[in-house]
Amino acid sequence: MTTLAYTLSDSRVMLRRNLKHQLRYPSLTVMLVGMPIVLLLLFVYVFGGQLGAGLGAHLGRHAYLDYVVPGLLLITLASAVQGTSIMVAMDMTGGIIDRFRTMAIARASVLTGHVLGSLIQILVGFGVLIGVAFGLGFHSSAGILQWLAALGILVLFALALIWLAVALGLAAKSVETASNSPMILILLLFFSSGFVATATMPAGLRQFAEYQPFTPVADTVRGLLSGAAVGDHAIAAIAWSVGLIVVAYLWAISLYNRRGATEPK
Amino acid sequence: MTGRPNTPGIVARDVCKSFGSHLVLDQVSLTADEGSILALLGPNGAGKTTMVRILSTLIGADSGSMQIAGHDVVSDPDGVRALIGVTGQFSAVDNLLTGAENLRLIADLRHLGRHAGQQRVAELLKQFDLADAADKLLSTYSGGMRRRLDLAMTLVGEPRVIFLDEPTTGLDPRSRLTMWEIVRQLAAAGVTILLTTQYLDEADQLADRIAVLDQGRIVAQGSPAELKSRIPGGHVRLHFAGPDLLGSAAGLLPAAAPDQDQLVLQVPDDGTVDSLRKMLDELHAARIDVERLSIHTPDLDDVFFAVTGSHVTDHPDRDPTPQGAPR
Repeated sequence: MTTLAYTLSDSRVMLRRNLKHQLRYPSLTVMLVGMPIVLLLLFVYVFGGQLGAGLGAHLGRHAYLDYVVPGLLLITLASAVQGTSIMVAMDMTGGIIDRFRTMAIARASVLTGHVLGSLIQILVGFGVLIGVAFGLGFHSSAGILQWLAALGILVLFALALIWLAVALGLAAKSVETASNSPMILILLLFFSSGFVATATMPAGLRQFAEYQPFTPVADTVRGLLSGAAVGDHAIAAIAWSVGLIVVAYLWAISLYNRRGATEPK
Repeated sequence: MTGRPNTPGIVARDVCKSFGSHLVLDQVSLTADEGSILALLGPNGAGKTTMVRILSTLIGADSGSMQIAGHDVVSDPDGVRALIGVTGQFSAVDNLLTGAENLRLIADLRHLGRHAGQQRVAELLKQFDLADAADKLLSTYSGGMRRRLDLAMTLVGEPRVIFLDEPTTGLDPRSRLTMWEIVRQLAAAGVTILLTTQYLDEADQLADRIAVLDQGRIVAQGSPAELKSRIPGGHVRLHFAGPDLLGSAAGLLPAAAPDQDQLVLQVPDDGTVDSLRKMLDELHAARIDVERLSIHTPDLDDVFFAVTGSHVTDHPDRDPTPQGAPR
Protein backbone atom coordinates (compact mmCIF):
# COMPACT_ATOMS: atom_id res chain seq x y z
CA MET A 1 0.00 0.00 0.00
CA THR A 2 1.09 3.56 -0.55
CA THR A 3 1.38 6.19 2.17
CA LEU A 4 -1.91 7.70 1.08
CA ALA A 5 -3.64 4.33 1.19
CA TYR A 6 -2.27 3.76 4.71
CA THR A 7 -3.47 7.17 5.79
CA LEU A 8 -6.95 6.48 4.45
CA SER A 9 -7.03 3.00 5.96
CA ASP A 10 -5.85 4.25 9.39
CA SER A 11 -8.34 7.11 9.35
CA ARG A 12 -11.15 4.70 8.49
CA VAL A 13 -10.17 2.42 11.39
CA MET A 14 -10.10 5.40 13.73
CA LEU A 15 -13.46 6.60 12.42
CA ARG A 16 -14.98 3.19 13.09
CA ARG A 17 -13.57 3.33 16.60
CA ASN A 18 -15.09 6.77 17.13
CA LEU A 19 -18.51 5.70 15.89
CA LYS A 20 -18.38 2.66 18.17
CA HIS A 21 -17.59 4.96 21.07
CA GLN A 22 -20.64 7.05 20.26
CA LEU A 23 -22.82 3.95 20.32
CA ARG A 24 -21.22 2.62 23.51
CA TYR A 25 -21.52 5.93 25.29
CA PRO A 26 -25.10 6.67 24.32
CA SER A 27 -25.89 8.98 27.23
CA LEU A 28 -23.53 11.56 25.78
CA THR A 29 -24.66 11.06 22.18
CA VAL A 30 -28.35 11.19 23.05
CA MET A 31 -27.85 14.25 25.21
CA LEU A 32 -26.00 16.09 22.47
CA VAL A 33 -28.56 15.21 19.78
CA GLY A 34 -31.55 15.53 22.09
CA MET A 35 -30.82 18.88 23.65
CA PRO A 36 -31.37 20.86 20.41
CA ILE A 37 -34.78 19.18 20.00
CA VAL A 38 -35.79 20.22 23.52
CA LEU A 39 -34.61 23.75 22.77
CA LEU A 40 -36.54 23.75 19.49
CA LEU A 41 -39.75 22.91 21.35
CA LEU A 42 -38.92 25.48 24.00
CA PHE A 43 -38.22 28.24 21.52
CA VAL A 44 -41.25 27.52 19.36
CA TYR A 45 -43.92 26.77 21.97
CA VAL A 46 -42.74 28.82 24.96
CA PHE A 47 -41.00 31.82 23.42
CA GLY A 48 -42.33 31.47 19.87
CA GLY A 49 -45.61 33.32 20.21
CA GLN A 50 -44.06 36.47 21.55
CA LEU A 51 -40.83 36.33 19.55
CA GLY A 52 -42.82 35.66 16.36
CA ALA A 53 -44.91 38.76 16.97
CA GLY A 54 -41.69 40.73 16.96
CA LEU A 55 -40.90 39.59 13.42
CA GLY A 56 -43.78 41.63 12.02
CA ALA A 57 -47.48 42.29 12.33
CA HIS A 58 -49.77 39.23 11.90
CA LEU A 59 -46.79 36.94 12.27
CA GLY A 60 -46.56 34.46 15.09
CA ARG A 61 -45.30 31.14 16.24
CA HIS A 62 -45.03 29.67 12.76
CA ALA A 63 -43.03 32.53 11.37
CA TYR A 64 -40.70 32.22 14.35
CA LEU A 65 -40.30 28.49 13.70
CA ASP A 66 -39.14 29.32 10.18
CA TYR A 67 -36.85 31.98 11.61
CA VAL A 68 -35.26 29.91 14.38
CA VAL A 69 -34.46 26.63 12.59
CA PRO A 70 -31.00 27.83 11.40
CA GLY A 71 -30.24 28.91 14.97
CA LEU A 72 -31.11 25.45 16.24
CA LEU A 73 -29.04 23.79 13.54
CA LEU A 74 -26.14 25.79 14.95
CA ILE A 75 -27.09 24.71 18.50
CA THR A 76 -26.90 21.11 17.24
CA LEU A 77 -23.44 21.88 15.95
CA ALA A 78 -22.18 23.71 19.03
CA SER A 79 -23.56 21.04 21.31
CA ALA A 80 -22.09 18.16 19.31
CA VAL A 81 -18.58 19.59 19.33
CA GLN A 82 -18.71 19.55 23.11
CA GLY A 83 -18.77 15.80 22.69
CA THR A 84 -15.78 16.04 20.34
CA SER A 85 -13.73 17.84 22.98
CA ILE A 86 -14.71 15.30 25.62
CA MET A 87 -13.84 12.32 23.39
CA VAL A 88 -10.49 13.83 22.38
CA ALA A 89 -9.62 14.65 25.98
CA MET A 90 -10.62 11.13 27.05
CA ASP A 91 -8.23 9.73 24.47
CA MET A 92 -5.39 12.03 25.42
CA THR A 93 -5.67 11.48 29.16
CA GLY A 94 -5.94 7.69 28.77
CA GLY A 95 -3.05 5.36 28.09
CA ILE A 96 -4.12 4.29 24.61
CA ILE A 97 -2.80 7.40 22.88
CA ASP A 98 0.76 6.37 23.81
CA ARG A 99 0.14 3.02 22.18
CA PHE A 100 -0.99 4.72 18.98
CA ARG A 101 2.02 6.99 19.05
CA THR A 102 4.43 4.07 19.29
CA MET A 103 2.84 2.42 16.24
CA ALA A 104 3.70 3.15 12.62
CA ILE A 105 0.31 4.65 11.84
CA ALA A 106 -0.60 7.83 9.99
CA ARG A 107 0.13 10.50 12.57
CA ALA A 108 -3.06 12.53 12.24
CA SER A 109 -5.43 9.57 11.85
CA VAL A 110 -6.32 9.66 15.56
CA LEU A 111 -7.60 13.22 15.11
CA THR A 112 -9.12 12.56 11.69
CA GLY A 113 -11.18 9.75 13.21
CA HIS A 114 -12.62 12.14 15.77
CA VAL A 115 -13.30 14.83 13.16
CA LEU A 116 -15.12 12.52 10.75
CA GLY A 117 -17.01 10.79 13.56
CA SER A 118 -18.22 14.13 14.91
CA LEU A 119 -19.21 15.25 11.44
CA ILE A 120 -21.35 12.15 10.96
CA GLN A 121 -22.94 12.67 14.36
CA ILE A 122 -23.69 16.29 13.45
CA LEU A 123 -25.23 15.32 10.12
CA VAL A 124 -27.49 12.84 11.92
CA GLY A 125 -28.38 15.60 14.39
CA PHE A 126 -29.21 17.95 11.52
CA GLY A 127 -31.45 15.32 9.96
CA VAL A 128 -33.30 14.67 13.21
CA LEU A 129 -33.76 18.37 13.88
CA ILE A 130 -35.00 19.21 10.39
CA GLY A 131 -37.35 16.23 10.56
CA VAL A 132 -38.84 17.40 13.87
CA ALA A 133 -39.04 20.97 12.53
CA PHE A 134 -41.00 19.81 9.49
CA GLY A 135 -43.25 17.86 11.84
CA LEU A 136 -43.96 21.07 13.72
CA GLY A 137 -44.88 22.84 10.49
CA PHE A 138 -41.54 24.28 9.33
CA HIS A 139 -41.92 25.79 5.90
CA SER A 140 -39.10 26.26 3.39
CA SER A 141 -39.32 27.62 -0.09
CA ALA A 142 -35.79 26.48 -0.88
CA GLY A 143 -35.14 24.30 -3.90
CA ILE A 144 -32.73 21.36 -3.89
CA LEU A 145 -29.78 23.60 -4.81
CA GLN A 146 -30.47 25.96 -1.93
CA TRP A 147 -30.77 23.04 0.46
CA LEU A 148 -27.43 21.69 -0.78
CA ALA A 149 -25.85 25.13 -0.48
CA ALA A 150 -27.18 25.49 3.05
CA LEU A 151 -25.81 22.05 3.92
CA GLY A 152 -22.47 22.98 2.36
CA ILE A 153 -22.21 26.13 4.48
CA LEU A 154 -23.16 24.17 7.61
CA VAL A 155 -20.65 21.39 6.92
CA LEU A 156 -17.87 23.89 6.31
CA PHE A 157 -18.68 25.69 9.54
CA ALA A 158 -19.03 22.34 11.31
CA LEU A 159 -15.48 21.41 10.29
CA ALA A 160 -14.27 24.72 11.70
CA LEU A 161 -15.95 24.16 15.06
CA ILE A 162 -14.95 20.48 15.18
CA TRP A 163 -11.27 21.29 14.67
CA LEU A 164 -11.58 24.02 17.26
CA ALA A 165 -13.15 21.51 19.66
CA VAL A 166 -10.35 19.00 18.89
CA ALA A 167 -7.78 21.68 19.74
CA LEU A 168 -9.65 22.56 22.95
CA GLY A 169 -9.81 18.88 23.86
CA LEU A 170 -6.07 18.56 23.27
CA ALA A 171 -5.33 21.69 25.27
CA ALA A 172 -7.49 20.59 28.21
CA LYS A 173 -5.66 19.15 31.19
CA SER A 174 -8.67 17.01 32.12
CA VAL A 175 -11.88 15.66 30.63
CA GLU A 176 -13.87 18.03 32.86
CA THR A 177 -12.13 21.08 31.42
CA ALA A 178 -12.67 19.74 27.93
CA SER A 179 -16.39 19.44 28.51
CA ASN A 180 -16.62 23.05 29.67
CA SER A 181 -14.53 24.99 27.20
CA PRO A 182 -16.81 24.59 24.14
CA MET A 183 -19.65 26.11 26.23
CA ILE A 184 -18.40 29.47 25.03
CA LEU A 185 -19.64 28.51 21.55
CA ILE A 186 -23.21 28.11 22.81
CA LEU A 187 -22.97 31.49 24.49
CA LEU A 188 -21.57 33.06 21.34
CA LEU A 189 -24.50 31.62 19.42
CA PHE A 190 -26.96 33.41 21.70
CA PHE A 191 -25.15 36.69 20.97
CA SER A 192 -25.80 36.26 17.26
CA SER A 193 -28.69 36.38 14.81
CA GLY A 194 -29.44 32.73 15.63
CA PHE A 195 -32.57 33.46 17.69
CA VAL A 196 -33.37 37.13 17.27
CA ALA A 197 -32.49 39.72 14.62
CA THR A 198 -29.34 41.63 15.55
CA ALA A 199 -31.19 44.87 14.74
CA THR A 200 -33.20 44.43 17.96
CA MET A 201 -30.05 44.39 20.11
CA PRO A 202 -28.59 47.48 21.80
CA ALA A 203 -25.64 49.19 20.13
CA GLY A 204 -22.35 47.60 21.16
CA LEU A 205 -23.84 44.16 21.50
CA ARG A 206 -25.29 44.61 18.01
CA GLN A 207 -21.88 45.41 16.52
CA PHE A 208 -20.38 42.42 18.34
CA ALA A 209 -23.18 40.17 17.09
CA GLU A 210 -22.77 41.32 13.53
CA TYR A 211 -19.04 40.70 13.43
CA GLN A 212 -18.81 37.22 14.90
CA PRO A 213 -18.95 34.00 12.87
CA PHE A 214 -22.32 32.63 13.99
CA THR A 215 -24.29 35.56 12.55
CA PRO A 216 -23.23 35.30 8.89
CA VAL A 217 -23.64 31.51 9.01
CA ALA A 218 -27.13 31.78 10.53
CA ASP A 219 -28.11 34.54 8.09
CA THR A 220 -26.82 32.60 5.09
CA VAL A 221 -28.59 29.39 6.05
CA ARG A 222 -31.78 31.30 6.87
CA GLY A 223 -31.62 33.14 3.56
CA LEU A 224 -31.07 29.94 1.59
CA LEU A 225 -33.86 28.03 3.35
CA SER A 226 -36.39 30.86 2.98
CA GLY A 227 -35.46 31.38 -0.64
CA ALA A 228 -34.27 34.94 0.01
CA ALA A 229 -31.06 36.51 -1.22
CA VAL A 230 -27.98 35.71 0.91
CA GLY A 231 -25.63 38.41 -0.41
CA ASP A 232 -22.42 39.10 1.48
CA HIS A 233 -23.39 36.88 4.38
CA ALA A 234 -22.32 33.79 2.44
CA ILE A 235 -18.89 35.22 1.70
CA ALA A 236 -18.43 36.19 5.34
CA ALA A 237 -19.62 32.75 6.44
CA ILE A 238 -17.20 30.96 4.12
CA ALA A 239 -14.33 33.26 5.06
CA TRP A 240 -14.91 32.71 8.78
CA SER A 241 -15.18 28.94 8.31
CA VAL A 242 -12.07 28.56 6.19
CA GLY A 243 -10.09 30.89 8.44
CA LEU A 244 -11.16 28.99 11.57
CA ILE A 245 -10.42 25.63 9.97
CA VAL A 246 -6.86 26.68 9.13
CA VAL A 247 -6.15 28.21 12.54
CA ALA A 248 -7.80 25.47 14.58
CA TYR A 249 -6.23 22.69 12.47
CA LEU A 250 -2.73 24.10 12.87
CA TRP A 251 -3.31 24.65 16.58
CA ALA A 252 -4.61 21.11 17.04
CA ILE A 253 -1.73 19.51 15.12
CA SER A 254 0.87 21.49 17.02
CA LEU A 255 -0.75 20.54 20.36
CA TYR A 256 -0.89 16.91 19.26
CA ASN A 257 2.74 16.82 18.24
CA ARG A 258 3.89 18.63 21.36
CA ARG A 259 2.00 16.33 23.67
CA GLY A 260 4.07 13.74 25.51
CA ALA A 261 7.19 15.89 25.48
CA THR A 262 6.66 16.73 29.13
CA GLU A 263 7.90 14.97 32.22
CA PRO A 264 5.90 11.84 33.01
CA LYS A 265 3.75 12.28 36.13
CA MET B 1 13.78 -8.83 9.97
CA THR B 2 16.57 -6.45 9.12
CA GLY B 3 18.67 -8.99 7.27
CA ARG B 4 21.61 -8.07 9.45
CA PRO B 5 22.37 -11.03 11.69
CA ASN B 6 23.60 -10.30 15.20
CA THR B 7 22.31 -6.77 15.18
CA PRO B 8 21.66 -6.01 18.85
CA GLY B 9 17.98 -5.56 19.67
CA ILE B 10 18.58 -2.36 21.61
CA VAL B 11 21.60 -0.09 21.63
CA ALA B 12 21.65 3.25 23.41
CA ARG B 13 24.74 5.40 23.79
CA ASP B 14 25.13 8.38 26.10
CA VAL B 15 21.47 9.29 26.19
CA CYS B 16 20.79 12.54 28.05
CA LYS B 17 17.43 14.10 28.78
CA SER B 18 16.38 17.07 30.86
CA PHE B 19 12.96 18.41 31.68
CA GLY B 20 13.60 22.09 32.26
CA SER B 21 16.60 22.29 34.58
CA HIS B 22 15.99 18.79 35.93
CA LEU B 23 18.46 16.28 34.47
CA VAL B 24 16.48 13.04 34.23
CA LEU B 25 18.89 10.88 32.22
CA ASP B 26 22.62 11.40 32.41
CA GLN B 27 24.63 9.62 29.68
CA VAL B 28 22.71 6.39 29.85
CA SER B 29 24.12 3.58 27.71
CA LEU B 30 22.42 0.22 27.31
CA THR B 31 22.76 -2.83 25.10
CA ALA B 32 20.43 -5.79 24.75
CA ASP B 33 21.35 -8.64 22.42
CA GLU B 34 18.71 -9.98 20.13
CA GLY B 35 16.39 -12.34 21.98
CA SER B 36 17.69 -11.35 25.39
CA ILE B 37 15.97 -9.76 28.38
CA LEU B 38 17.42 -6.56 29.77
CA ALA B 39 16.05 -5.33 33.08
CA LEU B 40 16.27 -1.67 33.96
CA LEU B 41 16.20 -1.70 37.74
CA GLY B 42 15.66 1.35 39.86
CA PRO B 43 13.38 3.14 42.31
CA ASN B 44 10.59 5.53 41.38
CA GLY B 45 11.91 8.66 39.75
CA ALA B 46 15.19 7.05 38.61
CA GLY B 47 14.35 7.76 34.95
CA LYS B 48 13.22 4.28 33.88
CA THR B 49 9.98 5.40 32.28
CA THR B 50 11.67 8.33 30.55
CA MET B 51 14.25 5.95 29.06
CA VAL B 52 11.47 3.67 27.77
CA ARG B 53 9.58 6.65 26.33
CA ILE B 54 12.68 7.82 24.50
CA LEU B 55 13.57 4.39 23.11
CA SER B 56 9.97 3.81 21.99
CA THR B 57 9.93 7.13 20.04
CA LEU B 58 7.40 8.83 22.31
CA ILE B 59 9.71 11.66 23.28
CA GLY B 60 13.05 12.87 21.99
CA ALA B 61 16.37 12.69 23.80
CA ASP B 62 18.50 15.82 24.19
CA SER B 63 21.58 13.95 23.00
CA GLY B 64 22.90 10.46 22.46
CA SER B 65 22.26 7.80 19.86
CA MET B 66 19.86 4.88 19.86
CA GLN B 67 19.18 2.00 17.50
CA ILE B 68 16.40 -0.53 17.74
CA ALA B 69 17.14 -3.69 15.72
CA GLY B 70 19.40 -1.59 13.54
CA HIS B 71 16.92 1.25 12.98
CA ASP B 72 17.84 4.68 14.24
CA VAL B 73 15.29 6.04 16.70
CA VAL B 74 15.86 9.65 15.68
CA SER B 75 16.14 9.43 11.91
CA ASP B 76 13.79 6.49 11.29
CA PRO B 77 11.10 6.55 13.98
CA ASP B 78 8.51 4.85 11.77
CA GLY B 79 10.98 2.06 11.00
CA VAL B 80 11.40 1.59 14.74
CA ARG B 81 7.65 1.77 15.40
CA ALA B 82 7.03 -1.02 12.90
CA LEU B 83 9.31 -3.32 14.92
CA ILE B 84 8.45 -2.53 18.51
CA GLY B 85 5.67 -3.15 20.96
CA VAL B 86 5.24 -1.09 24.10
CA THR B 87 3.29 -1.84 27.25
CA GLY B 88 3.39 1.14 29.51
CA GLN B 89 2.68 1.47 33.20
CA PHE B 90 -0.87 2.63 32.59
CA SER B 91 -3.13 0.33 30.66
CA ALA B 92 -3.23 1.33 27.02
CA VAL B 93 -6.56 -0.25 26.22
CA ASP B 94 -9.80 1.20 24.88
CA ASN B 95 -12.38 1.00 27.65
CA LEU B 96 -15.38 1.45 25.38
CA LEU B 97 -14.53 -1.56 23.23
CA THR B 98 -14.59 -5.29 23.91
CA GLY B 99 -11.42 -7.34 24.28
CA ALA B 100 -11.69 -8.71 20.75
CA GLU B 101 -12.42 -5.26 19.33
CA ASN B 102 -9.36 -3.86 21.06
CA LEU B 103 -7.14 -6.50 19.46
CA ARG B 104 -8.86 -6.06 16.12
CA LEU B 105 -8.24 -2.30 16.27
CA ILE B 106 -4.52 -2.89 16.62
CA ALA B 107 -4.54 -5.60 13.92
CA ASP B 108 -6.18 -3.12 11.53
CA LEU B 109 -3.71 -0.39 12.41
CA ARG B 110 -0.88 -2.87 11.82
CA HIS B 111 -2.44 -3.48 8.37
CA LEU B 112 -2.56 -7.24 8.89
CA GLY B 113 -5.46 -7.66 6.50
CA ARG B 114 -8.89 -9.05 7.34
CA HIS B 115 -8.12 -12.75 7.40
CA ALA B 116 -4.67 -12.65 8.99
CA GLY B 117 -5.97 -10.11 11.47
CA GLN B 118 -8.85 -12.28 12.59
CA GLN B 119 -6.56 -15.26 12.93
CA ARG B 120 -4.03 -13.35 15.02
CA VAL B 121 -6.76 -11.96 17.28
CA ALA B 122 -8.20 -15.42 17.91
CA GLU B 123 -4.71 -16.78 18.58
CA LEU B 124 -3.90 -14.09 21.13
CA LEU B 125 -7.26 -14.35 22.88
CA LYS B 126 -6.57 -18.03 23.38
CA GLN B 127 -2.93 -17.60 24.35
CA PHE B 128 -3.80 -14.98 26.98
CA ASP B 129 -6.77 -16.88 28.34
CA LEU B 130 -9.23 -14.18 27.26
CA ALA B 131 -11.32 -16.17 24.78
CA ASP B 132 -14.31 -16.38 27.14
CA ALA B 133 -14.26 -12.64 27.77
CA ALA B 134 -13.53 -11.72 24.15
CA ASP B 135 -16.90 -10.10 23.49
CA LYS B 136 -17.30 -8.47 26.86
CA LEU B 137 -16.73 -4.76 27.35
CA LEU B 138 -13.54 -3.87 29.16
CA SER B 139 -15.47 -2.36 32.04
CA THR B 140 -16.14 -5.93 33.15
CA TYR B 141 -12.45 -6.95 33.05
CA SER B 142 -10.37 -7.46 36.18
CA GLY B 143 -6.99 -5.79 36.64
CA GLY B 144 -5.12 -8.92 35.65
CA MET B 145 -7.24 -9.40 32.53
CA ARG B 146 -6.61 -5.82 31.46
CA ARG B 147 -2.86 -6.32 31.84
CA ARG B 148 -3.02 -9.48 29.78
CA LEU B 149 -5.07 -7.78 27.09
CA ASP B 150 -2.68 -4.84 27.15
CA LEU B 151 0.26 -7.16 26.51
CA ALA B 152 -1.71 -9.10 23.89
CA MET B 153 -2.34 -5.81 22.06
CA THR B 154 1.39 -5.11 22.16
CA LEU B 155 2.05 -8.49 20.55
CA VAL B 156 -0.50 -8.24 17.72
CA GLY B 157 2.09 -7.07 15.20
CA GLU B 158 4.64 -9.71 16.31
CA PRO B 159 7.18 -7.07 17.38
CA ARG B 160 10.88 -7.95 17.42
CA VAL B 161 11.58 -5.69 20.38
CA ILE B 162 9.27 -5.18 23.34
CA PHE B 163 9.34 -2.56 26.06
CA LEU B 164 7.56 -3.43 29.28
CA ASP B 165 7.36 -0.62 31.79
CA GLU B 166 6.83 -2.15 35.24
CA PRO B 167 4.77 -5.02 33.85
CA THR B 168 3.95 -6.57 37.21
CA THR B 169 3.41 -3.55 39.44
CA GLY B 170 0.03 -3.91 41.11
CA LEU B 171 -0.54 -7.49 39.98
CA ASP B 172 -1.45 -10.26 42.41
CA PRO B 173 1.22 -12.96 42.88
CA ARG B 174 -0.48 -15.40 40.53
CA SER B 175 -0.86 -12.90 37.69
CA ARG B 176 2.72 -11.89 38.30
CA LEU B 177 3.95 -15.44 37.72
CA THR B 178 1.81 -15.67 34.58
CA MET B 179 3.39 -12.46 33.31
CA TRP B 180 6.90 -13.79 34.01
CA GLU B 181 6.09 -16.95 32.10
CA ILE B 182 4.89 -14.96 29.09
CA VAL B 183 8.02 -12.81 29.13
CA ARG B 184 10.23 -15.91 29.20
CA GLN B 185 8.34 -17.47 26.30
CA LEU B 186 8.71 -14.32 24.23
CA ALA B 187 12.45 -14.18 24.81
CA ALA B 188 12.72 -17.86 23.95
CA ALA B 189 11.00 -17.05 20.65
CA GLY B 190 13.75 -14.55 19.85
CA VAL B 191 12.08 -11.31 20.94
CA THR B 192 14.32 -8.73 22.58
CA ILE B 193 12.80 -7.41 25.79
CA LEU B 194 13.54 -4.36 27.86
CA LEU B 195 11.64 -4.37 31.11
CA THR B 196 11.75 -1.89 33.93
CA THR B 197 11.20 -2.97 37.47
CA GLN B 198 11.63 -1.88 41.07
CA TYR B 199 12.08 -5.44 42.24
CA LEU B 200 15.44 -7.14 42.37
CA ASP B 201 13.88 -10.59 42.45
CA GLU B 202 11.96 -9.86 39.25
CA ALA B 203 15.10 -8.71 37.46
CA ASP B 204 16.95 -11.68 38.91
CA GLN B 205 14.27 -14.15 37.76
CA LEU B 206 13.91 -12.84 34.23
CA ALA B 207 16.85 -10.87 33.00
CA ASP B 208 19.99 -11.88 31.16
CA ARG B 209 21.42 -8.50 32.01
CA ILE B 210 20.48 -5.95 34.65
CA ALA B 211 21.21 -2.24 34.45
CA VAL B 212 20.74 -0.38 37.72
CA LEU B 213 19.51 3.16 37.24
CA ASP B 214 19.80 5.71 40.02
CA GLN B 215 18.87 9.37 39.60
CA GLY B 216 19.33 9.19 35.85
CA ARG B 217 22.67 7.38 35.87
CA ILE B 218 23.53 3.76 35.26
CA VAL B 219 25.34 2.83 38.47
CA ALA B 220 25.88 -0.85 37.72
CA GLN B 221 25.36 -3.17 34.80
CA GLY B 222 25.90 -6.87 34.37
CA SER B 223 24.37 -10.33 34.61
CA PRO B 224 22.29 -11.07 37.71
CA ALA B 225 25.11 -13.25 39.04
CA GLU B 226 27.69 -10.52 38.53
CA LEU B 227 25.47 -7.98 40.21
CA LYS B 228 24.64 -10.22 43.14
CA SER B 229 28.30 -10.98 43.70
CA ARG B 230 28.64 -7.30 44.54
CA ILE B 231 26.00 -7.30 47.22
CA PRO B 232 26.33 -8.82 50.66
CA GLY B 233 24.27 -11.98 51.00
CA GLY B 234 21.16 -12.26 53.06
CA HIS B 235 21.13 -12.50 56.81
CA VAL B 236 19.03 -13.73 59.68
CA ARG B 237 18.18 -11.51 62.65
CA LEU B 238 17.85 -13.38 65.96
CA HIS B 239 16.02 -11.58 68.74
CA PHE B 240 16.82 -12.41 72.38
CA ALA B 241 15.14 -11.79 75.70
CA GLY B 242 18.27 -10.52 77.48
CA PRO B 243 21.88 -9.35 76.96
CA ASP B 244 23.33 -12.52 78.51
CA LEU B 245 21.58 -14.73 75.97
CA LEU B 246 22.73 -12.41 73.19
CA GLY B 247 26.27 -12.60 74.51
CA SER B 248 26.38 -16.39 74.60
CA ALA B 249 24.81 -16.65 71.16
CA ALA B 250 27.40 -14.23 69.79
CA GLY B 251 30.10 -16.41 71.27
CA LEU B 252 28.63 -19.44 69.57
CA LEU B 253 28.31 -17.83 66.14
CA PRO B 254 31.53 -15.95 65.46
CA ALA B 255 30.45 -14.46 62.09
CA ALA B 256 27.49 -12.72 63.73
CA ALA B 257 27.21 -9.03 64.59
CA PRO B 258 25.44 -8.34 67.91
CA ASP B 259 23.31 -5.25 68.50
CA GLN B 260 23.27 -4.66 72.28
CA ASP B 261 20.59 -1.98 72.19
CA GLN B 262 18.02 -4.00 70.31
CA LEU B 263 19.17 -7.38 71.65
CA VAL B 264 19.49 -8.61 68.10
CA LEU B 265 22.13 -10.79 66.58
CA GLN B 266 22.61 -10.41 62.82
CA VAL B 267 23.92 -13.63 61.30
CA PRO B 268 25.01 -13.89 57.66
CA ASP B 269 22.90 -16.62 56.14
CA ASP B 270 21.41 -17.51 52.80
CA GLY B 271 18.04 -18.27 54.36
CA THR B 272 17.77 -21.91 53.27
CA VAL B 273 15.97 -24.33 55.57
CA ASP B 274 19.10 -26.46 55.97
CA SER B 275 21.30 -23.69 57.20
CA LEU B 276 18.54 -22.35 59.48
CA ARG B 277 17.96 -25.75 61.00
CA LYS B 278 21.66 -26.21 61.58
CA MET B 279 21.95 -22.84 63.29
CA LEU B 280 18.88 -23.35 65.46
CA ASP B 281 19.99 -26.86 66.44
CA GLU B 282 23.32 -25.44 67.52
CA LEU B 283 21.62 -22.77 69.64
CA HIS B 284 19.21 -25.32 71.07
CA ALA B 285 22.04 -27.67 72.01
CA ALA B 286 23.71 -24.79 73.88
CA ARG B 287 20.35 -24.04 75.59
CA ILE B 288 20.14 -20.54 74.24
CA ASP B 289 16.53 -19.50 73.75
CA VAL B 290 15.78 -17.41 70.71
CA GLU B 291 12.69 -15.26 71.09
CA ARG B 292 12.03 -14.92 67.37
CA LEU B 293 13.90 -14.57 64.11
CA SER B 294 13.47 -12.77 60.84
CA ILE B 295 15.02 -13.59 57.47
CA HIS B 296 16.33 -10.86 55.26
CA THR B 297 17.00 -11.59 51.57
CA PRO B 298 18.87 -9.08 49.39
CA ASP B 299 16.62 -6.51 47.75
CA LEU B 300 16.93 -3.38 45.66
CA ASP B 301 18.09 -1.42 48.67
CA ASP B 302 21.03 -3.77 49.20
CA VAL B 303 22.04 -3.43 45.56
CA PHE B 304 21.88 0.32 45.88
CA PHE B 305 23.82 0.36 49.05
CA ALA B 306 26.46 -1.88 47.51
CA VAL B 307 26.89 0.13 44.30
CA THR B 308 26.20 3.70 45.44
CA GLY B 309 26.92 3.58 49.16
CA SER B 310 23.54 5.15 49.87
CA HIS B 311 20.08 3.77 50.35
CA VAL B 312 17.23 4.07 47.92
CA THR B 313 15.95 7.61 48.40
CA ASP B 314 12.48 7.26 47.04
CA HIS B 315 11.29 4.08 48.64
CA PRO B 316 9.02 2.20 46.29
CA ASP B 317 6.15 0.27 47.75
CA ARG B 318 7.61 -3.00 48.77
CA ASP B 319 6.74 -6.07 46.83
CA PRO B 320 3.42 -7.41 48.13
CA THR B 321 4.55 -10.96 47.40
CA PRO B 322 7.21 -12.74 49.45
CA GLN B 323 10.71 -12.30 48.08
CA GLY B 324 11.90 -15.31 46.17
CA ALA B 325 14.61 -17.25 47.90
CA PRO B 326 18.02 -16.34 46.57
CA ARG B 327 19.38 -18.95 44.25
